[in-house]
Amino acid sequence: MSVGPGSGVDAESACPDCLRRNWLIARLGGWIQNVTDDKPGKRTPELLRLGTAELVEAVAAKEADEILSWNANLEEGTMVGRLEAAGCWACCRHHPSFPDGLGDGADAPVAIFGRGGRIPLRQLRLESSVTVVGARRATGYGLEVASALGREVAAAGLNVISGMALGIDGAVHRGALERGATVAVLGGGPDVPYPPSHTRLHGRIAEHGLVLSEMPPGTTPWRWSFPARNRIMAALSGMTVVVEAASRSGSLITAEMAVDAGRDVGAVPGPVTSRAAAGTNELIASGAALIRGARDVLDRMLGAGVGRPLFGPELGPGEPEVLAAIEGGCVTVDQVAAETRTDEAETARTLARLEVRGYVRGTQTGTWARTALAAYPSPREH
Amino acid sequence: MLAETSSFTLDGIAARMVRVEVDVHRGLPHFQIVGLPDAAVREARERVRAAVVNCGFEFPLQRITASLAPADLRKAGPAIDLALATALLGASGELSIGPLADWSLVGELALDGTVRPVRGALAMAEAAREAGHAGVLVPVANGPEAALAEGIQVRTIENFAELARLREGRVPGNPASPTEPRWIEDQPDLADLRGQGHLRTAVELAAAGGHGLLMVGPPGAGKSLAARRLPSVLPPLEGEEVLEVARIASACGLGDGTITSVRPFRAPHHTVSAAGLVGGGSPPRPGEITLAHRGVLFLDELCEFSRPALEALREPLETGAVTISRASGRQTLPCRFTLVAAANPCPCGRGEDDPACRCSELAARRYRAALSGALVDRIDLVVAVKQPTAEALAGPAGESSAVVRERVAAARELMAERLGPGRTNGEAGPEEVARFEVTAAAATLLSEAHESWKLSGRAHGRILRVARTAADLEGAAAIGEGHMAMAMQFRRRTER
Repeated sequence: MSVGPGSGVDAESACPDCLRRNWLIARLGGWIQNVTDDKPGKRTPELLRLGTAELVEAVAAKEADEILSWNANLEEGTMVGRLEAAGCWACCRHHPSFPDGLGDGADAPVAIFGRGGRIPLRQLRLESSVTVVGARRATGYGLEVASALGREVAAAGLNVISGMALGIDGAVHRGALERGATVAVLGGGPDVPYPPSHTRLHGRIAEHGLVLSEMPPGTTPWRWSFPARNRIMAALSGMTVVVEAASRSGSLITAEMAVDAGRDVGAVPGPVTSRAAAGTNELIASGAALIRGARDVLDRMLGAGVGRPLFGPELGPGEPEVLAAIEGGCVTVDQVAAETRTDEAETARTLARLEVRGYVRGTQTGTWARTALAAYPSPREH
Repeated sequence: MLAETSSFTLDGIAARMVRVEVDVHRGLPHFQIVGLPDAAVREARERVRAAVVNCGFEFPLQRITASLAPADLRKAGPAIDLALATALLGASGELSIGPLADWSLVGELALDGTVRPVRGALAMAEAAREAGHAGVLVPVANGPEAALAEGIQVRTIENFAELARLREGRVPGNPASPTEPRWIEDQPDLADLRGQGHLRTAVELAAAGGHGLLMVGPPGAGKSLAARRLPSVLPPLEGEEVLEVARIASACGLGDGTITSVRPFRAPHHTVSAAGLVGGGSPPRPGEITLAHRGVLFLDELCEFSRPALEALREPLETGAVTISRASGRQTLPCRFTLVAAANPCPCGRGEDDPACRCSELAARRYRAALSGALVDRIDLVVAVKQPTAEALAGPAGESSAVVRERVAAARELMAERLGPGRTNGEAGPEEVARFEVTAAAATLLSEAHESWKLSGRAHGRILRVARTAADLEGAAAIGEGHMAMAMQFRRRTER
């Protein structure tokens, strides 16, 4: 069967057996909730590691036969119909597009549902994806750093993955959407915006990026869905960065899962007096990479000293000088014009063209700032 | 005996006709005014008595009753004095006021009979014409503005004693002739803006297209300096515009009575109330936005204005008129102006790119909340202003206002051809914007921008309007790539 975004030969698809497993997990939602109770972070991955029969036996021993027969009789047509009705698609581990990161863990999902397709699933490679997560209750500092990380990592061409939660996650997605695309991994079905206040953000991500979930369409999230979702985020990317987390935060679970999966972990430091940064500071103390900005992430993802790894379109005449002036601390058109000794009007037009190509960014107060995008070396410099 | 004259009372900026009937009767000496007079009108008794006596006329020692009709209209202000005194002399038989039968009389009396100027003389002259009167008699100082009203005789009177001419059967006073509105040469000049070429471009675009302009920068960087030079580059008022502006200025008692073609510039302090800004009170008075009609409204320290005041601007900005409803009735006042605002980038004013700025991110964000409100939706141009360097300040002066004004006037002519008389690109509607001619290169640039910034439809239209103005300033038929780039970099960005 083939339920993919678009009808090309590369369309994602999933085999019915893999789909049944995901539908089973969704069906078991309430029982898993009972079993995991107050320790969802620890128990959920343990449960999801079990095979189908063992899992049902472990959480719903009494109704096991009934559930298993329901699951075995689940028609492929029914599942495909649900997917199509919800505007979603599916991909399982037997398909070449299935992300590598999800293939190598014992507790990894066998199939994944998605919505949107501006980022093809096969591009979600470990070396080109970064997960950025953090607390729901974030400070202004945290939100600022998160949105800058999202924006600049996305501008460098990497996939930015987060969980669409309130606070840091939302800021990461919004930042990334400014300069590129982003991937949201949800606890419920890919068509179910959670939290509801992020419904618009959900729509934008589906339109300009990708929404993924282990849960079939229409599933509303359980408490245990979030640690389950965290293991997918941790597995999908080569590096997980925690922006702000208190000492017992769900983001720390994600970081732990990333370590278990053999992925790199980084954390953004905060004031030692701040409770909101206690978790991240602790991560750094125990060996996580210190992340001061997108530069640190890119250095670790692409190798230190690689410098500016990704180049924008080639610069035209006069443009390197303008970029150099902005890098040198000029913030207004008049300052840049004075620095480069060009006409103000011409400078203004040059800045507009550079902004369209992502080299500079205008702010709310009318000043100019440099983005992380590196300039393609112009032929003259060689 | 009974006598009757006409005068006016001011209601907002509109003149309402008042019939003044005076009855002089045998009885104990008494002078009474009925017909909803306010304090100023009631006190007219004393002014009239003294003026009549001091001009050598006889004041009747009888029972005098003056009635102001219509009885349910509140009469305010001293403009009725002249009509009241004239009707009184007519009723007492001192003068025969027949020649003034279809004239209106407007003016405040001093105790020695001098006729003092009043507010709203132009509106009154126009209202007299609408009422079918032959002429209007106004104080000398109000002559030039009243004479702007065409189709009615306007005579000026200096002293009440001139009414003695009625004895010869002639209308008193001297004819007032209309004067051409004057341009004031001695204005602050744009040439003072040294080393800020980009800011000059923004001012020129705002002047030509009537685009809202927001300047952000530290104190002393030249924001107010630039705003105050905007009227000097705006083309002179023409035709009906002169009347609209003079009518408002006269009703509010602004200026010295001379008629200029310089567009108004209003800069209310940031403590202004919502009523002070858009108009209101009882009786309703025009607000700053009406005083800025056809000119510039400058809001310095935009972030310091109260939220209700800025919110109140929303609807008038959209419709170009403000309607004030009170128990006594409703009034619609015009308010088409160019909005110019200045703001500091953060509470300390230095801006976060200055290392000396110690404002927290949150404080700066909260401070700038006004920069993302409904009001700035109407702002097409945003420009950062910084203190120019000493080197730039010592450099050559830029073009003078006169040179820029000529370019602006030429651009406005192109706009008037395209959109209709008096209209600018800043006011162009969506269908009109869709008809703007755009070169292929400019269209490509805009669609690239659309792709990478995900512009809203509104932002898209705003860029096209500014680009159209940039093209008009160069006399270009189609919007070129350079015009588009210029417009794009001035666009307003939201806080991320």
